[in-house]
Amino acid sequence: MNDTLVGTVPISATAARHPPGDLAIWVFILAELLAFGVFFAVYAIVRMGHVELFDAMQPNLDRNAGAINTVLLLAASWGVARAVAAIERGRQAISGRWLGFAILCGFGFLVVKAFEYAAKFRAGINLATNDFYMFYLSLTFFHFMHVILGLAILIGVWAKTRAGGYSAADHHGMETGAAYWHMVDLVWIILFPLVYVMR
Amino acid sequence: MQYKSQAVAKPYFVAALALFVAQILFGLVMGLQYVVGDFLFPAIPFNVARMVHTNALIVWLLMGFMGAAYYLVPEESETELHSPKLAIALFWIFLVAAGLTVVGYLTVPYATLAKMTGNDLLPTMGREFLEQPLLTKVGIVVVALAFLFNISMTILKGRKTAINTVLLIGLWGLAIMFLFSFYNPDNVVKDKFYWWWVVHLWVEGVWELILGSILAFVLIKITGVDREVIEKWLYVIITLTLVTGIIGTGHHYYWIGTPEYWQIWGSIFSALEPIPFFAMTLFAFNMVNRRRREHPNKAATLWALGTGVMSFLGAGVWGFLHTLAPVNFYTHGTQITAAHGHMAFYGAYVMVVLTIISYAMPLMRGRAANSNKAQVVEMWGFWLMTVSIVFITLFLTGAGILQVWLQRISDNPMPFMVAQEQANLFYWMREWTGVAFLVGLVVYLASFFIKGEEKATA
Repeated sequence: MNDTLVGTVPISATAARHPPGDLAIWVFILAELLAFGVFFAVYAIVRMGHVELFDAMQPNLDRNAGAINTVLLLAASWGVARAVAAIERGRQAISGRWLGFAILCGFGFLVVKAFEYAAKFRAGINLATNDFYMFYLSLTFFHFMHVILGLAILIGVWAKTRAGGYSAADHHGMETGAAYWHMVDLVWIILFPLVYVMR
Repeated sequence: MQYKSQAVAKPYFVAALALFVAQILFGLVMGLQYVVGDFLFPAIPFNVARMVHTNALIVWLLMGFMGAAYYLVPEESETELHSPKLAIALFWIFLVAAGLTVVGYLTVPYATLAKMTGNDLLPTMGREFLEQPLLTKVGIVVVALAFLFNISMTILKGRKTAINTVLLIGLWGLAIMFLFSFYNPDNVVKDKFYWWWVVHLWVEGVWELILGSILAFVLIKITGVDREVIEKWLYVIITLTLVTGIIGTGHHYYWIGTPEYWQIWGSIFSALEPIPFFAMTLFAFNMVNRRRREHPNKAATLWALGTGVMSFLGAGVWGFLHTLAPVNFYTHGTQITAAHGHMAFYGAYVMVVLTIISYAMPLMRGRAANSNKAQVVEMWGFWLMTVSIVFITLFLTGAGILQVWLQRISDNPMPFMVAQEQANLFYWMREWTGVAFLVGLVVYLASFFIKGEEKATA
């Protein structure tokens, strides 16, 4: 098979006009971004009224765990991007390995987050503790659920890649899954500084 | 009609339309009682008229959903219905139970009815929309289980498609959420909390799945667009519905004694609830624009498009109007809610049932579509009812704004009944528009009696 012809010509021709992946996933991604966007806006509005409370509570969050998780999610996104690049060149095995790497990083995120939550719950913190913790728990948990969904999608894509379901000519499904995963990553990159760091 | 057993849908649709008429008549009675307080008193007091109006609506929509399921499941599953006899038996049981319940509402005082039907054994009565006596509620569960058995067995032995799977999940969800109507805790906060699990998670949760799958089925049939495309949209829509709708329940938890975070959760998630409805509108128009055949049933196409638009306006826009906690602080339980309720129920659920009836009835009567003349009359019914509901909604919104102002915002807030009297003009206009709606309904029903047929052209 001629990799160059099959792999690059049709893709560069279509990539100029369409976002990668399925149109339906973009509708879904935009809806998700809107949901998080509204949540962030409400966070900002409520914070305006309680700046002292938010500033006093924020240092109690585990920034190291947050930073490690940021690295893990970025690494996972890198892995997903490498996997798509590999399948564009028809390298199924390499693509599968990159996806496996991304999935491991994603699970790493869940584990770190679980320890973080456990520490907070041990300290007796819940949704009703105060407005800051309500937002911290709601936002991070809503995102946590998206990481799980993203992982479920990636595992599906990984299994199909291993079974030879994608090729240089046809990897629409992988791009669709990759687009969703990048959304999960993008949201975290805004969420982490907003809730953990910015004062 | 591809399968003989699809014909069991017919009595369900006929009974649904008959109950629709009853619902509108009782709506007109109570609409008049808003302005002529002692109209038909003591024969039909306001609370009884209201109960019949809302319960008849729920029962006829359930009849419509069951009819829709009996019609579309065999065709989607590519197999005959598991048991047509069971379907017919359930129809009569359900109809007689509904009839007896209404007779009970109308002939004995509600408290006596409660005593007669064993409400003291397991108190379930007295809650809005769930007023049915214990016996009726048990009957509903039995009918629902037998119905689900019949439908599930059919799908299990046949082809599984996104449409019949989503429909099945919706119908099972409907039955399971109804079980919370048996849970009636003494704690008023908990009582309301779980009451919404039936009411909200029906209309803003599982019913939307049923709506989506019926609409998708009709769109495949009338547009000829690839199943793959339509099913993909269906998945996107139901995911958005569940993500926004489930936590969106929080918009009922602002002022009932639940923790404060519900004001944030409820506001955010329910503010997003219009999105799946908007997606549904885009979906319907997109599919019709990309149609690959000209289906002779133009009326069904009109109903399908109407469902998209009116559910977005009624459920989406009018819901959003008062869903944010700071707004709802003033509008809670006013005529704004009634305005939203009318257009949302009509736009989403009445119209989707009329869509499937419009599509399926001619086929069950042995023709691809009704004659052009019958379709024109049906479309007159569509426009009369739809325009009327828009005005009913606008007048109730006017009444609601006035009510909020006079009763809750002004410097010297008026008592409830005094404020209501100030809104009389709106209530009169609503009543006359209600009469126009009834005319539309009669025109719509008349279209069934116009003879002739349209041959398939594509």
